[in-house]
Parts: sequence; C-alpha cells; structure tokens
Amino acid sequence: MSNSKSWPLWEVFIRSKHGLSHKHVGSLHASDADMAIENARDVYTRRQEGISIWVVESKSITASDPKLNDAMFEPAEDKVYRHPTFYELPDELKHM
Amino acid sequence: MTTINLEEQFMNRLALDEKIEPKDWMPEKYRKTLVRQIAQHAHSEIVGMLPEANYISRAPSLRRKAALLAKIQDEAGHGLYLYCAAETLGVERDTLFEELHSGKAKYSSIFNYPTLSWADMGAIGWLVDGAAILNQVPLCKCSYGPYARAMVRVCKEESFHQRQGFEILLTLSNGSEAQKQMAQDSLNRWWWPSMMMFGPSDADSTNSEYSMKTKIKRFSNDELRQRFVDATKPQADILGLTIPDPNLKYNEETKHWEYGEIDWEEFNNVVQGHGACNKLRVKARKDAWEEGQWVRDAATAYAEKKELRKSQTKQVA
Repeated sequence: MSNSKSWPLWEVFIRSKHGLSHKHVGSLHASDADMAIENARDVYTRRQEGISIWVVESKSITASDPKLNDAMFEPAEDKVYRHPTFYELPDELKHM
Repeated sequence: MTTINLEEQFMNRLALDEKIEPKDWMPEKYRKTLVRQIAQHAHSEIVGMLPEANYISRAPSLRRKAALLAKIQDEAGHGLYLYCAAETLGVERDTLFEELHSGKAKYSSIFNYPTLSWADMGAIGWLVDGAAILNQVPLCKCSYGPYARAMVRVCKEESFHQRQGFEILLTLSNGSEAQKQMAQDSLNRWWWPSMMMFGPSDADSTNSEYSMKTKIKRFSNDELRQRFVDATKPQADILGLTIPDPNLKYNEETKHWEYGEIDWEEFNNVVQGHGACNKLRVKARKDAWEEGQWVRDAATAYAEKKELRKSQTKQVA
C-alpha cells in the first residue's frame, strides 16, 4: 500500500467572474475528483480568480499531434475572405 | 527525417521565438537542462517555506502574521506549479521528491542560512524575493511553454512578497535604536547570500551558455546581479540602512553601482552541503514526506473504495 504510485494528474479549468469560458490554468495531483476540486481551490484561486472549477483527469484528454500541425492548421491560412478586413468598402461607410 | 534535421527545425523555431510545448520534438540536452532547472526552482519554493515558517507563531501582529502566512502559502503554490511544469517533460513527481531528499537535487543555497530575528522576514522578502523576481521575470519569456506560463503566475503573485518585506524593515528602521540595529544586522547577514543567488560569474557558469542559446535564459548571471545592485541601493537608502560592502560605489560613466568581490568559496561550500542549515532543511522535508505517508495512503484507499462502490452499484442496476 505504502508503495502505491503517486496520485493521478488532473487538469484544472477555471471560469472567472466575467462570464467567459472555463480556461485551462494548470494541473495538480489528487487521489480523486473531490480532492482535485479542493486542491484546485487552494492552488489556483487564492486571489478570487474564479467562480467555477472543472477538473478532468489528464489521461482522459486527447490532444492533436503537433507533428501533423501543417495538415491540421495550414488550410485556414489562405482563407483571408473569412475575415471582415478582406472586404473593400467605401470610406464614407463609417460603421459596419 | 534525421536527427540533424529535427535539431535544425528546433533551432529555427527558437529563432522565431516560438514556444516549445511538451509533445514537440526537443533535443535530449534541452529536456534535461529544463528538468534540472525547473525541479531546482520547485524545490527552492518548497524549501523556501521553512526559514519563514520559523516566524509564523512569533509574528509581532496579526497583520504581519496574516501576510507571512499568505506569502508562505503562495510559495507552496509556486512549488506546485513548477513541479507540474517539470512533469510535462516526462519526469515523475515522486522521482523529483526522492532527488531532493537524497541530496541529488539542489535548491537555492540562500535557504541554508538561518533566520535569527524577526527582521530576517523583512530582509528575505526585500532581498531574497527581490532577487528572485529579477531572475523570474525574464523566465516568463522562456522558450519552454509550460515553464513560461508557470512563471507568469508566479511573478504576478510575488510582487506583494517583496513589498511586505520592505515594509517590515521600514517599520523597524523607523523604530527604536535597537529595532534599527536589528534591521541593519539582518541586512548585513543577507546581503552577500542574496548577491550569490544569481549564481556563479558568467565566466564560471557551466550551464549558462546552452541555456542562453536555447532561450531558456535571457540574461546572464552577472547582468541580473548588476540589475539587483542598481535597484537595491536606492531602496537601502530609503530604509536608512547601509549595504555591507565597502567597495560599493557609483560609476558616473556606466551609470551602474560597482560592487566588491563575492566570496565564492562560501558559495561553493553552501552549495556542497556545508551551510548552516543544509541538513536541517532536508531533514524537515524528509520528515514531512514520511510522516505524511499515512495521509496519502488513506486518501488512495478512500478513492479506491469509492470507485469500487460505484462499480458495484452499476452491476446491481
């Protein structure tokens, strides 16, 4: 028992007061989800950083492969027409 | 793809100031350098709690006690951020602890000096945290993403540490003659060890060159030490305290304060384990780890029991 491996790793996400999405802030070790929430409170919200905490066991996260970044993200590079600045509008048009 | 190609790509990414992330390819030397530095940094935060813990129960007022407790709690938090950053490089937390306990891993030598009076809480906040901030601010731009992000949090939280220390010394130096003497004595003892916190001179620093090349480090030890002296001298004047360096003098041409020779023999002695408190500090960490074993075991057993009950309920249903 005393040789048991260390507690699993959890990723911590916090939502600030301002209604934005939960944002990844870091990770920590805890024996279970309840302890992960309590530890996250102490480690990541000592200065009123948030009003909601999510914890997810790190091993449950699937990440994209950085080796495939070109194939994944390059196709968006040449699609400037997806941005408002692509469109040429007359100067007298003040707000749009 | 050959290793040479990967190494070239890696250096190109650094040249573009791109961040290196955990799953990206990196040279083994880069990984090892980071593990060593981040672990050492984490250990310093954790061991750094000990000299101050000595004064929690003896703080002169509730205000001072609350501030000191908050500072020490931050240090625990900073240690945790940093251990997590080290773990992203594939090293286990328990391995890092074992290396600290066995003496294989180092931590900042400054914490091997004893805290002899309340004024030392002031000097530690002002000088030790002041020096740490100068070291840490450039690390917010470190090439390794998780380390840089951890440092952003640390730096944001740490600015109050230095201020609370300065305030302690300011109060003492405006107090009775005995209190002012206590503040001066504390500065006398902490000045040189704080100067040593920036590490060996550039010429003798074995790891600096690689760290600078790979943008783990942005400024040399001597550059940061000079910044520390330049920032601290006017602060000492405000306190009405004298920095214990007879060779300290302002150079009108360079606009920098010149300082005397650092006693590198003392530095090496403390690094090698012969400081006043090396054994005490490591023993305190080992005891805390060993005496906490039953808590860790109980929490693991409780988590397993809950997991088992959940699966049993599912089977019944």
